[in-house]
Amino acid sequence: MANSLKCDLCGKPATVHLTQIVNNKIHKVDLCEACAQAKGVTDPSGFSLADLLLKASLNPEPAVAEGVRCEQCGFTQADFKKHGRFGCPACYETFKDIIGPMLGNMHKGTVHIGKVPRHALERKTLYDRLTQLQVELDQAIKSERYEDAARCRDEIHQVKQAFEGKPAELK
Amino acid sequence: MKIAPLFDVQSELTDAAAGKCAIVLTTRVRLARNLANQPFPGWAKEAQRSAMLAESIGVVAGLPQMKKGLSLTVEELTDLEKQILVERHLISRELSTAKHGAGVVISRDQSTAVMINEEDHLRIQVLRYGFQLKKVWNAINALDSEIEERLNYAFSPTLGYLTACPTNLGTGMRASAMMHLPALVISSQMEKVVRAVNQLGMAVRGLFGEGSDASGSIFQISNQTTLGESEEEIIKRLSSVLNTIIEHELNARAKLLEADGSKLFDKIGRAFGILQNGRLLTSAEVMNLLSLIRLGIDLGVFPESRRPLIDRLFIEAQPGHIQYAARGTFESGQRDQLRAQLLRTEFNKFEPPNFNVGGKN
Repeated sequence: MANSLKCDLCGKPATVHLTQIVNNKIHKVDLCEACAQAKGVTDPSGFSLADLLLKASLNPEPAVAEGVRCEQCGFTQADFKKHGRFGCPACYETFKDIIGPMLGNMHKGTVHIGKVPRHALERKTLYDRLTQLQVELDQAIKSERYEDAARCRDEIHQVKQAFEGKPAELK
Repeated sequence: MKIAPLFDVQSELTDAAAGKCAIVLTTRVRLARNLANQPFPGWAKEAQRSAMLAESIGVVAGLPQMKKGLSLTVEELTDLEKQILVERHLISRELSTAKHGAGVVISRDQSTAVMINEEDHLRIQVLRYGFQLKKVWNAINALDSEIEERLNYAFSPTLGYLTACPTNLGTGMRASAMMHLPALVISSQMEKVVRAVNQLGMAVRGLFGEGSDASGSIFQISNQTTLGESEEEIIKRLSSVLNTIIEHELNARAKLLEADGSKLFDKIGRAFGILQNGRLLTSAEVMNLLSLIRLGIDLGVFPESRRPLIDRLFIEAQPGHIQYAARGTFESGQRDQLRAQLLRTEFNKFEPPNFNVGGKN
């Protein structure tokens, strides 16, 4: 018991210890009196541990450098630390190493289950087919099955054409 | 006034017939949606926001569900109008503070509203009277699919609908119910309930969402997480939590009546007296008094047919609505007078309480 718990937000000795079970995962947060008040933890009308965890994992080290920058919209890692929101849809790909580990704490799972918009689904089907054909093509070439390789190449060409006809969002 | 048509027709929120389950006032589902290849509203430049608004407001207004609806941009609304829209749950506080390049499309019956350039490009909401989660989900699901026919959504096969804030990622769905829980508040059990509900991954908020207090014993219960679970699963889980809360509220009411019915009836009777005779009433006080009258209706002290009036007054007693009704802007002291006047008028038409109900629930 030598080292008492420190506040996750400011580092002062923690007096409020909070455990919340979100989707069968235990999340623990230790806070000092002031931070607990400020974050509304003691507020009986409720608070969201998910929000708190998000902010806690954002706040700690002030951005040393700007870090990664989104090519699409110019949003930086420092911007994300400051706002807690992203700049554009492409940021999720740009910052996947940062956001990836945080999702598990925030949500029930890390992969989308649920509604898929119809048009996006079409793009996804084409994309998956393309990936699969590429693998088949590589294998065919390796094992010198040139007829198969030619067939794959033709089909890749067809799928690519269909793919280009779609709004190019899924790349 | 741009929003005048809102008052000409019956609204889902304020005039619907009494639902079967009186404890759940309204059910709401909202979906966060964004357009592919465009910066999120909070990061977009002014010109980009304006272009996005111009493009999508027409698309949304053209939907069959929005026939004869209202399309409004923040630039053309006065502060009072924005306040009224917030009080009617048609726009968020965040949208009401936006300076430019944001707007909302509201259906004629006000059950459907699509905010444009709030935190996300689109915030679609469907709201209905009573406990109707599945029906609301079906309605919003259809609306969302129709919008997707016309606009290109940002979607990732692995992360789902991409949202400005990662806490909305996945389904982008927040399903919620507005619950009237006076007995749990009176018997000081609410804190316990909030803690239990939080542990089940659901959030509890006040009537006006994040950061608002729980005046009138009205609480908003909603799902906290959006990724890794389908919409149907989230709704099923929320439904079971809501049913458990309803059960606890009914038990708490039974216990209050059993322990000392006259104490509870005294509170209801006094509330009625103040509403009939008060000369200065703040909105927080009125919320609490109306809450007691609503409980009285549930217990048979007042006729069932009065419940929709109470639910309407919950909204019409808010500061924006008081000023709109009086056609002017007034300081809070004057508003309290106007509010008391409104309630005196309504409650002098009200049936007197009948306390010989033998603890009927």
